[in-house]
Amino acid sequence: MSRRTRVSLFLALVLVVVGGVTAYAVGSAADYRRTYQRPPSVPTVSDADEPAGPASGPRIVFRHTGIDDSYGRVATVRLDDPSGPRTVSDVSCDRVDATDEVTACLRTERGVVTTYSLTEYDAGWHELQQVPLPGIPSRARLSADGAMVSTTTFVSGHDYLQVGFSTATEIRDVDGRGHGDLERFALVLDGERVTPRDRNVWGVTFADEDTFYATVGTGGRTYLVEGSLDARTLTSVADHVECPSLSPDGTRIAYKEASTRDGATWWTPAVLDLATGERTVLDAEQASVDDQVEWLDDDTLLYGLPREGEAGSTDVWALDARGSAGPRLLIPLAWSPAVVRP
Amino acid sequence: MYLTLSDRPAASPDAPVAGRRRVAPVVVTLGIVSLVTDISSESVAAILPLYLTAVVGLSAVSYGLVDALYQGVSALVRIGGGWAADRSGHPKWVAFLGYGMSAVARFLLLFSTGLAAISAVIAADRVGKGLRTAPRDAMISAATPPESLGHAFGVHRALDTTGAAIGPLIAFAVLWWIPDGYLTVMVISFGFAVLGVALLGLLVPDRPVPERRRDRAPVRWREVARPGLVRLVVVAGALGLVTVGDGFLYLALLELGGFAAHWFPLLYVGTNVVYLALAIPVGRLADRRGKATVLIAGHGALLAAYAVVALSLDATASTLLVLLLLGTFYAATDGVIAALAGRLVPDELRASGIASVQTVVVLARMVSSAAFGALWFVLGPRQALVVVGVALALALPVAFASARRLDLEAAGAP
Repeated sequence: MSRRTRVSLFLALVLVVVGGVTAYAVGSAADYRRTYQRPPSVPTVSDADEPAGPASGPRIVFRHTGIDDSYGRVATVRLDDPSGPRTVSDVSCDRVDATDEVTACLRTERGVVTTYSLTEYDAGWHELQQVPLPGIPSRARLSADGAMVSTTTFVSGHDYLQVGFSTATEIRDVDGRGHGDLERFALVLDGERVTPRDRNVWGVTFADEDTFYATVGTGGRTYLVEGSLDARTLTSVADHVECPSLSPDGTRIAYKEASTRDGATWWTPAVLDLATGERTVLDAEQASVDDQVEWLDDDTLLYGLPREGEAGSTDVWALDARGSAGPRLLIPLAWSPAVVRP
Repeated sequence: MYLTLSDRPAASPDAPVAGRRRVAPVVVTLGIVSLVTDISSESVAAILPLYLTAVVGLSAVSYGLVDALYQGVSALVRIGGGWAADRSGHPKWVAFLGYGMSAVARFLLLFSTGLAAISAVIAADRVGKGLRTAPRDAMISAATPPESLGHAFGVHRALDTTGAAIGPLIAFAVLWWIPDGYLTVMVISFGFAVLGVALLGLLVPDRPVPERRRDRAPVRWREVARPGLVRLVVVAGALGLVTVGDGFLYLALLELGGFAAHWFPLLYVGTNVVYLALAIPVGRLADRRGKATVLIAGHGALLAAYAVVALSLDATASTLLVLLLLGTFYAATDGVIAALAGRLVPDELRASGIASVQTVVVLARMVSSAAFGALWFVLGPRQALVVVGVALALALPVAFASARRLDLEAAGAP
């Protein structure tokens, strides 16, 4: 092949590649505009139509995940009719938690530099405070009285030589100051004060004004720790517990239990009785659950699962906390459920 | 002894024709191959964390674990790439295999959904990167007369870094246009990967390798381990052990209140821009003043960066200063060390020589990162930096002393 032939061949290839890639990009942009302009496939209702509708009273607040013009927005259904019509707000969140008075919203803001933020809203969707977050939103939890909020984010390193990710978990006063990174709290594992460099903290659940529970991961093991905000300590109370969630009656912790299946981590929902240490693994759920569980009531767990074959869409499932029944679909096209009982 | 006159790079048609200011066309072509390939890899790298967590729905922590493993694999493959290039006498086709492997990985990424599939594809990409680096650097070395090696590597690294800066910009422009356009970014990335491979395959001649005396003879590591190269490996390895990754320096700045967390990704961009601007002038300086001398002086810039972070007087000023110093450090080390290593071994063992030094540096920095991470948690960022800085300050005079000998060895016949 002469040099001229090779140059022509290369230029022809450049044309083919640029043409093909451009056509694909334009096509997917058109697709995007089309799919994200259609109305939701599930019934919706506007606040104005129904003043006593899902947005007030006992309700479940969640992130709507239908691939439509409301994708990612915060939506609400009535607690007594979770599969019924939903109201959709104008606020988009990756992860949301709510009480009757406060909504905490974790968001990814795309740009040349992608940024992440926590925004706190009052009951009328007025912004109380916005704070930047160090990484990709993962978990958000408000205390029952709406006075404190915790966030877990994935911080991605970008160095060729370093591990790509770690978690950053913080607790803040709503509309107030932060209490700092939980990795800085004094850590006591199995009764011994330790300072492992690889420690990660994630998945906070609040007990009272001072006490909370969270997961600490170090040396390939995970621990359930009880934290004190005043003393700035984290003390292990059990091991092999991830993403704890305290039951409304305060006696049990729902969590995800890790195992290995086909070489990858597999999480099964489980419940730990804090008084007896008894564990109930809820293997009636056949899918791997990577979520921080929410309690619907003292007997039922809620969590999100991705939809098979529909990237970006998820459903919220309900599961009996004693393991006596299998999971049932509670809210289609939903993620990050928060139960609100005014 | 191994250098017959006809083998001298200056005699090859790819050598500069119009004085010393120009580099061989093949160096520019290889630079563009790297530029295009870096656009390909960095555009996907920029969106991968978001894609894995937001769309695939994976826990990011599990991704981090596999990532660390592949770094080690990539370092070992690098030695293999150098060995294969010398053994076959065709570095172009070994590099082609490496670039090709990464392109195939980008194609498979379009169809990968689970964590296992995606990590396998990323592993293939890393192996490809490991495989191609040393043969490519050996080709640059072979096509360039010794007195302009620094300049040639500077040109190549400047083009390479340009690609690394453009890639993320393209990715985020696409996501801004098409908010769920992850697949579009991957298609674009695959397109650039194909262009890189085609450019290498079609337009880079498989020529600038000296004829092997003993055809397809095994690579003798004893031949590679000449006193000069061993000295360089020891010096570069020792300095690598006290080289803290820039990620740690940025984190330290963050801890000490230098800037808001969401500027974090921009720090890499800033360092790259400085590296890009300085790669060529510093490379030419290395040609005039001695490559080893500039290599060691670059570590002086690193030491200054430690000092600035540890003192952290004014937040904004120290952040900018650190970016400037780190960019200088990369400009004075990354290309320069390959230029130097290629001169310290016989021509037909060039790729193996370059690969050995690069592998040792990568492994030393991995050890250093782990050790520094431990120091950080025991002592805190400032004290940890002081400890590493003192070690570096003690190592520098010794390294400088050996730099003179290295430069003499590189200047004379090996």
